[in-house]
Amino acid sequence: MTKAAKTRTSEEISVGEIRATNELKRILKDAFQGFFPKEGPAPKVAWCTSVGPAELLIAMGFKVYYPENHGALLGATRLANEYMGAANALGYSPDICSYLTADVGAFLQHQTPLTKAYGIPGVPKPDVLVYNTNQCREVQDWFMFYARHFKVPAFGVISPNMVNELEPSQIDYCAAQLKDLSFALGKIAGATLDHDRLAEVVELSRQTSVLWGEFLDFGRHKPAPMTFFDGCIQMAPAVVLRGTKPAVDYYRLLNDELRAHVARNDAAVKGETVRLYWEGMPLWGKLRYFSETLGGMGANAVASTYCNSWVFDDFDAKDPFRSMARAYTEIFINRSEAKKEELMKAMLERFEIDGVIYHDAKTCPHNSNSRFGMPQRLSAATGIPHLVMNGDLCDLRCFSEEQTTTSLEAFVEQLKERN
Amino acid sequence: MADATHFAGIDLGSAFTKAVVITGDGEVVGRHVERTGISFETNADKVFDGALNEAGLTRAQVKAVGATGVGRRNCAFATVVKPEIGCFAKGVFFHQRGLCVVIDIGGQDNKIIRVTAQGQQDFFKMNRKCAAGTGAFLEEISFKLAVPQPEMNARASRATKVVSIGSYCTVFSATEIIHHIREGHDVDAIFRGVYESVVKRVLEMAPITDTAVLAGGAIATNPVLVDLFREKLKVPVVVPPSPQTLGALGAALYARDGAASDDTDA
Ligand code: SF4
Repeated sequence: MTKAAKTRTSEEISVGEIRATNELKRILKDAFQGFFPKEGPAPKVAWCTSVGPAELLIAMGFKVYYPENHGALLGATRLANEYMGAANALGYSPDICSYLTADVGAFLQHQTPLTKAYGIPGVPKPDVLVYNTNQCREVQDWFMFYARHFKVPAFGVISPNMVNELEPSQIDYCAAQLKDLSFALGKIAGATLDHDRLAEVVELSRQTSVLWGEFLDFGRHKPAPMTFFDGCIQMAPAVVLRGTKPAVDYYRLLNDELRAHVARNDAAVKGETVRLYWEGMPLWGKLRYFSETLGGMGANAVASTYCNSWVFDDFDAKDPFRSMARAYTEIFINRSEAKKEELMKAMLERFEIDGVIYHDAKTCPHNSNSRFGMPQRLSAATGIPHLVMNGDLCDLRCFSEEQTTTSLEAFVEQLKERN
Repeated sequence: MADATHFAGIDLGSAFTKAVVITGDGEVVGRHVERTGISFETNADKVFDGALNEAGLTRAQVKAVGATGVGRRNCAFATVVKPEIGCFAKGVFFHQRGLCVVIDIGGQDNKIIRVTAQGQQDFFKMNRKCAAGTGAFLEEISFKLAVPQPEMNARASRATKVVSIGSYCTVFSATEIIHHIREGHDVDAIFRGVYESVVKRVLEMAPITDTAVLAGGAIATNPVLVDLFREKLKVPVVVPPSPQTLGALGAALYARDGAASDDTDA
């Protein structure tokens, strides 16, 4: 008997080797340290949801902090499960958003990974909280917790939900709310809105978005020079720095590097034979596990709904309010099931996908698109097989690595047999 | 190794470790099953030797060994390592030609695997992370009520009525059963309800529209499940020989066919 030949080891899988990441760390550190300047007055701070009206807040002089990013960081550092129990004990159920429970739990215990990552004393205190219900209602309850705690106002943009084709009246409705918001924020900022500045910020967001979309499009190349898991790291500026110059500069640098990879046919997954689409949220504490497990089988998740959610097509400096209203109401998570399927189909074609992995995240029904028959319908319509995998964004109690490995291996094997 | 003419497959499952030894034609000549316990390595050796013993062969007469199941990477003597879903498909295809759906009720999870007429797996689904509906659920109930599984099976088989068990979770189901016992329901009917709940959990996983092939240890130990599947399904229900060792058979067939490992870190 001869021993089984070894398949590739993790050292041979070149995921996550993007040099620009050092610059990414630097600009993020700068941004977070900016909440606690060594000299001069402390900035006014607005907390904002990840697809909230950041441009308006920046234009009004606020420094913007994103609790969801903190949730993701708690997940990625695998600290979430240490803290969420404190929020559960307070009545925030383990079945609701684990960003919320991890973030609130960490707050209750005066803990944050931001100190270690960026050397700041803690989470910056808000002067105002601004959310948009375009993604879910959970953000409202999440922000209200802090509004009560800090005794500061929380304002919400209440978006029409499950939008099929966006109607002009819906854009008007959201744009009017954003305008009203500018007056309310003016009182807190102690200034009125400078419309030129808003146009400038919206333009920076537009550029960020175009460049981020360009980065994600590199996934179309065969072999792809990056993975979805790289995207989860590289998306930070599109989420927390959009509307600022460093985000634009960073994506120019990153895309130059990726262009060079494409020119050399560099593969993020050596011997890429299976191209996957990732539907749903990342499991933040398991990015490496997934990239190594899939990479080890020659499978690359080359595209995703999640990373693409921060590609906004509509920002327009000439019409800031209406274009923001359009951009933020049109996001994937906020669309009708039929529209989502249409968008997904286009993505599967665009990226020449062999199989789709749906992550059914226990605590985020909004980002889990496998609960109303979509995988079955899309597979029937496109002939592209799917796998539904149970897990969660942060709560690792909802994830079984062994069971997932079995599923992934069987799925990739099935796709290879078809190819 | 001129006289190495046989092949073996080891399925290192969470509850049981299974081995088969086959000839070059795929005929099973030795078979052995042990509880997995706390050491995959020791058990792999034990079941391999057990199967060889039954076949009257020695290790030197085995040309290649395939390993599968949750502990497949702990099988030191394997020459090929394969994920279990593919092994089930291969094992089933050996017995059952034509489009079929494998229903595997394992110790830790359930799987539904569709196998094409060409023997390829083209769809599969595993149960959610919950013991309800798996072999572990039956073990738990048997332990809780101190009634061995063969007796549970016999009593459920002769029951003329069913007390339905509706809970979605093993702990809740156990409480529900205690409640029914307390209320004075017929215990045989409760046992039938327990088995019926396993079948219900499986049928909730995916529509079964082609010949169903039943596999897994729970099927081997609890034949009442076969009756219940026949009762509930509108498609032919087939039980292949030794449903518990189908994964091991698939692994042995992979070894025979000279397959390469396609595991992540085998
Ligand atoms: S969309 Fe999901 S993950 Fe994001 S805040 Fe809402 S519930 Fe949480």
